[in-house]
Amino acid sequence: MRAPAQAPLLLPHTLTEVTGPLLGEGRVTAADADLTHHAGGEAQGQRIIVHGQVRDSDGRPVPDTLVEVWQANAGGRYLHKWDQHDSPIDPHFLGVGRALTDSVGRYRFVTIKPGAYPWRNHFNAWRPAHIHFSVFGRAFTQRLVTQMYFPDDPLFPHDPIYNSVPEAARHRMVSRFDLAETVEEWALGFEFDIVLRGREATPMEES
Amino acid sequence: MNTTPSQTVGPYLSIGLPWPDGPDVVAEGVAGALWLHGVVTDGAGEPIPDALIETWQADPDGRFDHPDDPRGAVAGFRGFGRCPTDDSGRYGIRTLKPGPVPGPDGAPQAPHIDVSVFARGLLHRVVTRIYFADEQRANAADAVLASVPEARRATLLAVPDQTGYRFDIRLQGDDETVFFAI
Repeated sequence: MRAPAQAPLLLPHTLTEVTGPLLGEGRVTAADADLTHHAGGEAQGQRIIVHGQVRDSDGRPVPDTLVEVWQANAGGRYLHKWDQHDSPIDPHFLGVGRALTDSVGRYRFVTIKPGAYPWRNHFNAWRPAHIHFSVFGRAFTQRLVTQMYFPDDPLFPHDPIYNSVPEAARHRMVSRFDLAETVEEWALGFEFDIVLRGREATPMEES
Repeated sequence: MNTTPSQTVGPYLSIGLPWPDGPDVVAEGVAGALWLHGVVTDGAGEPIPDALIETWQADPDGRFDHPDDPRGAVAGFRGFGRCPTDDSGRYGIRTLKPGPVPGPDGAPQAPHIDVSVFARGLLHRVVTRIYFADEQRANAADAVLASVPEARRATLLAVPDQTGYRFDIRLQGDDETVFFAI
């Protein structure tokens, strides 16, 4: 009952659409990119490092853009009043982080691998482990909210949200295990690059 | 390069997206500040309590604090508002009314605000524009409004009230808000 029934009308790109909010200055600290410590203790679960580069579809890095993430804890539970999943809340994990990309569009988070969780969409429905990502880009047209998945998740064939994207494009939502970024005896590395719309991109994204 | 696909914000967007000062495009007490507010409803007319509204606009002179404004960036006006809906589907943004912005052909556009709506159940954000019902002359000359079927144009008009302007968003059904592909 939520998706509009009528086809969207084409909006020409004017100054309003080719500009966009420049955010983060004074809003983000280095500590915001570490999700593993809260309330004087360390979060439970498998430590991971998620990093990548934000570029536009013309291949240009997107510097100084705000990347926001939110996710479930290691047991697949969100710190939210509506989440009643029977899995413990972790008092040391809020599941929210922020970072700005650097001068070449790179970002890096330290967090905990989120668990899969049931969501009652259909019988025995479990969402694959994922981290929600929000990126602004440099223009109103580049705004993106997506979800990052983990390689080879056995739940992919059963998840309507993952499968809402055309098959050929799904792999672009899946991170890559990254041994080079893995820190010995401490955390696994995953690489997740993000590509926003370019200046000349048509509305036919995800093709 | 191929773009990263969009996915729904899900039901728990309030964990990661809202900011305490998100609704404050301008601070309390700024001269000319007004509340742009309304209700987001679904196809059954029910309010949506887990949506998020984001707005982007020019300042009262029609300028953007952005390096890609060819007239030169004017610093000091954030231009961006962000507000989750409450349990009654309501949002509110404290801002200033934007000035006219040049269009692609140089002709001025009527004052307007770009809007994104995110919600569980939407795989992509949807995009619309807020125009102002009391800008009749500018609205009549606006190319984007002219491209909208006349019978649906009113869905893009914010209506003056005691606190500022009211702009309701209907995602589906009768009087569905006009949404744009960008």
